[in-house]
Amino acid sequence: MKIQKKLLEIKNLKQYFNPGKPNEVKAIDDITFAIYKGETLGLVGESGCGKSTTGRTIIRLYDATDGEVLYDGVNVHGRKSKAELKAFNRKMQMIFQDPYASLNPRMKVMDIIAEGLDIHGLVKNAKERQERVYQLLETVGLNKEHANRYPHEFSGGQRQRLGIARALAVEPEFIIADEPISALDVSIQAQVVNLLKELQEEKGLTYLFIAHDLSMVKYISDRIGVMYFGKLVELAPAEDLYKFPMHPYTQSLLSAIPLPDPDYERNRVRKSYDPKSHNYKDGENVTMREVRPGHFVYCSDVEFAALQAEHANN
Amino acid sequence: MEKILEVENLELSFHTFAGEVKAIRGVNFDLKKGETLAIVGESGSGKSVTTKAIMRLLPESSSEFKNGQILFDGKDLTKLTDKEMQKIRGKDISMIFQDPMTSLNPTMTIGKQIMEPILKHQKLSKIEAQKMAIYLLQLVGMPQPEQRIKQYPHQFSGGQRQRIVIAIALACNPKILIADEPTTALDVTIQAQILELMKDLQKKIDTSIIFITHDLGVVANVADRVAVMYSGKIVEIGTVDEIFYNPQHPYTWGLLSSMPSLDVQEAKLYAIPGTPPDLLDPPKGDSFALRSEYAMQIDLEEIPPFFKVSDTHYAATWLLHPDAPEVTPPATIIERMKRFPSSRYYKGANGGATK
Repeated sequence: MKIQKKLLEIKNLKQYFNPGKPNEVKAIDDITFAIYKGETLGLVGESGCGKSTTGRTIIRLYDATDGEVLYDGVNVHGRKSKAELKAFNRKMQMIFQDPYASLNPRMKVMDIIAEGLDIHGLVKNAKERQERVYQLLETVGLNKEHANRYPHEFSGGQRQRLGIARALAVEPEFIIADEPISALDVSIQAQVVNLLKELQEEKGLTYLFIAHDLSMVKYISDRIGVMYFGKLVELAPAEDLYKFPMHPYTQSLLSAIPLPDPDYERNRVRKSYDPKSHNYKDGENVTMREVRPGHFVYCSDVEFAALQAEHANN
Repeated sequence: MEKILEVENLELSFHTFAGEVKAIRGVNFDLKKGETLAIVGESGSGKSVTTKAIMRLLPESSSEFKNGQILFDGKDLTKLTDKEMQKIRGKDISMIFQDPMTSLNPTMTIGKQIMEPILKHQKLSKIEAQKMAIYLLQLVGMPQPEQRIKQYPHQFSGGQRQRIVIAIALACNPKILIADEPTTALDVTIQAQILELMKDLQKKIDTSIIFITHDLGVVANVADRVAVMYSGKIVEIGTVDEIFYNPQHPYTWGLLSSMPSLDVQEAKLYAIPGTPPDLLDPPKGDSFALRSEYAMQIDLEEIPPFFKVSDTHYAATWLLHPDAPEVTPPATIIERMKRFPSSRYYKGANGGATK
């Protein structure tokens, strides 16, 4: 087990779009969790559940409506001077979903990767800049001949490697990967996931890995959070979540994943989830509670008691 | 079983500024009545082009049939005129596209869109066609079809739109339904519903389905038979059990091993190295050889023919040649083979020794 030091704490985070208007959207509705140093936290859920918004709010691409994001104890959304903001931006980087849209088609690979280096003044002269870019390209499995090309000359998998190289350029501690493999072919997905894992071991990185492909998430994550309609409904160690899914939504999500195993598929029983099945009364205290060590479920008092009884012997 | 579609030696090229792209390089398969054939492969492997060739949806200005034929109902589809093809398209063979957001017309009510093929191909009055549209919507599980036929696509969710697209495709009871990644744009829970719906409908109207996908989980769920495509060729074809539990081609091994399983924790995921070849200039010999750790000298020189594994199972790899050395597949593949009776790694029901 790794040393449990909280790198990032998200407290009662809310992100409402169009607040106060009739078309208000509660994209993130009061979620609280922490990410420990050196771990990978996976975030899953269907489209529109707020998982990408969570990643984007953490890195301050959106200003939070309410709540706090504490990075190393400092509030990300607090008032900051330009210098402070710059120092903070260096620690946290993002890898985007679409490797076609996230690279400027009019910039050469060299300049795309070195942009962060230039902004933060991490290299002294052109020669050093070039050396550093070559080094980064090699880290992600490309070579230095690629530095003088444009993004359109690369395949999807290669572009995603460029996105990773760009994120790594400023030597961040924490990387938010927003569906980094969804746009890639199966055989290329494994390459990128392996690369992310190797880099984590080498550089001690912390990841927030956002995805909807649950089997890949399980493979890369230490802990997994499941989101449903802006709320975190379950948070547990990866193994635990798959062995003992507790929230009915998690169960329905797991039962819907098709596996490459015809025998299993023939006997699969799919569960469906109806949010009304909870029958929460008005004013009932529904919140995240710890059922097993490290395994949190969004539930009411009554459900909590039932879950505890059910899982007491596991 | 009766064959309703036969693709023989199909070769197709695109003419581009960079030169001739050999997108399909000799594809052979047949489709039997009532079965689901899944075609898997990565982007650029030619799976979508194959089905678009069957539907004759490729631009005539840039694509060219080089060789081979597509036999349907005694006719060669590659030779038909546009007029003749229009009578088949949407009636005998229909298609479901990947993206339900863009395959519906946003300016037409969905009722009109469902009635379109009915009015075109069947001699029905408008009122009868409307009744038919309501029935079809009911069939695909849409609540309140009488009201909903008056609505526009933007008033439906992604999963509902895909149901509408399926209703349109089924409007004339097609003999063949081609589904090109019909669930890729959908969430897993919605995907599961749509797959169940398709299987259910197939039983009801007894149609054959060609299902294109890159998701092996979906393949295991829907397919009776599977064809694995790589760089414009089918490299392995067999029943779903043969492909998943007794795969023979190194590319199939790679595909199956690169998916993490939910119950076993592997230390490192198997990844196929490199990228697919450029079909402007396809490699000599086995096109997967450069990415394969099992490649032999002959793989670089000669294209492997299909070797027979069983009556239903064929694979194009020199490893199956009688003179080839015996190789050990990746560990996860051996695990799979242990469950397949005629494989050399099969363990009996009581876990006995290998054969």
